[in-house]
Amino acid sequence: METRHGVTQPLLEVQDLRVTYPSRQGGLAEVVRGVSFSLGQERLGLVGESGSGKSQTGRAIMGLTAPGGRVQAERLTLGDVDLLRCSETERRQLRGRRMAMVLQDPKFSLNPVMSIGAQIVETLQRHQSVSSRHARERALDALAAVQIDNPRRVFDLYPHEVSGGMGQRAMIAMMLIAEPQLLIADEPTSALDVTVQLEVLSILDRLVAERGMGLIFISHDLRLVSSFCDRVLVMYAGRIVEEVAAADLAHARHPYTQGLLECLPRLGEPRHPLPTLDRRAEWAQ
Amino acid sequence: MRGLSLNDVRVTFGDFVAVDAVSLDVAPGESFGIVGESGSGKSTVLRAICGLVPLARGSVSLTGAPGLPAPATQAFRRQVQMVFQDPYGSLHPRQTVDRMLAEPLAIHGFEQAEQRIEQALDDVGLGAGFRFRYPHQLSGGQRQRVAIARALILEPQVVLLDEPTSALDASVQAEVLNLLETLRRQKGLTFVMVSHDLAVVTHLCERLLVMQRGQMVEVVSAADLAAHRVSAEYTRSLMRASVGFQRA
Repeated sequence: METRHGVTQPLLEVQDLRVTYPSRQGGLAEVVRGVSFSLGQERLGLVGESGSGKSQTGRAIMGLTAPGGRVQAERLTLGDVDLLRCSETERRQLRGRRMAMVLQDPKFSLNPVMSIGAQIVETLQRHQSVSSRHARERALDALAAVQIDNPRRVFDLYPHEVSGGMGQRAMIAMMLIAEPQLLIADEPTSALDVTVQLEVLSILDRLVAERGMGLIFISHDLRLVSSFCDRVLVMYAGRIVEEVAAADLAHARHPYTQGLLECLPRLGEPRHPLPTLDRRAEWAQ
Repeated sequence: MRGLSLNDVRVTFGDFVAVDAVSLDVAPGESFGIVGESGSGKSTVLRAICGLVPLARGSVSLTGAPGLPAPATQAFRRQVQMVFQDPYGSLHPRQTVDRMLAEPLAIHGFEQAEQRIEQALDDVGLGAGFRFRYPHQLSGGQRQRVAIARALILEPQVVLLDEPTSALDASVQAEVLNLLETLRRQKGLTFVMVSHDLAVVTHLCERLLVMQRGQMVEVVSAADLAAHRVSAEYTRSLMRASVGFQRA
């Protein structure tokens, strides 16, 4: 792993991250309960089922925790920036410029009343002072970089005029245009068809490798994540229960990770009934 | 037990042909799968079977005995029930489980509603404690169990399953798939299941139809698919995609 990073200081450091929301009963619900990890120029998978806190972890790093939620940590740094001490304005300058996030469904994450090109140009001009003409060229390059065949045509299209796979590529182009060091992808391919999924992943893979970014890939799909990432953090009930090198997933030790792998139906290996997950209370402790 | 027969089914929306020339026979008691990507027409086939979209051509019929009800009759709808993909969208948010299960019984004039509702909840592993809850008080897996109970409470012969587990977590998916298998065995049901997940379809179904752009690509048995004995290139590309990401 060290040789891959080639850097001494990690890109992102998270120590004892906690996210709490007020609960309906009047108390506090802790949805992320002491998550710690550090990230270099690598692909890190964050896997868990709904409610495990994986998306809340990503959002807390981005500074996009919903109003009412409270983020605490011993340490939350991006390079030399202490994210815990940033003002909202500073946070806004970091988002897009130094860290960016790709969301699940381009149908909802793109602005429906702006053309795709205009959205990408806006993102770029928000962070860099470039002329409109130059910005347009950069946006066209970005669209070409995500393997869109005819960037000029797509530039002028609106989100509803493109397919899901095309929309997600445009989203990735937009997120990468200001050249962030950290990309958080929250279920970036879950809304896409299987064959399109793989195209989008290989684009993401190439860009992350070429630009030396750090990637946090959040997903419920343990198999997909392990085929894509260098290492995987498995989350359960707001905590990391296991860290495993992606190649070693078959030798995962935690019963939750094993259970998640076991309960998937497999092609060519019929098992009736499927093994189910026997959740134990101590996993959540 | 009843089977299904589709003969040259075509569905159009305006000028757009969503499904074209689909013919297939599902044997009584069989579990039959339909796979394909979004826009391939797989869900439209299910909707055409149960009469939610009109046929532009062709016909749908129940098979397995003489004098079976014709499509678009109440008797046909009682025998052919559907479970939808998204249990967050398919249950009425302001009705209790009890009311949602009582409604189909009232429409079809069933008696002993009380007993049937309790039995249906029992069958799907929920128990009477869930009877007066609202959907927002249930998890995704519990909601899908309610949707299955609602379909089965009419004692149908054929159950149409439209991506019944794709909105669920992997561990919950396993539970729902096991439940569907058990119910099918106990009640002698015929399944037609649509999914984009080859592993899920081959787990539950004996044969499956691969669709692309509204057309039939091929019909293969689950065993042939698992052994990679498929003839169409499109089926192969779906199989490759289901393995996961491979770095070039």
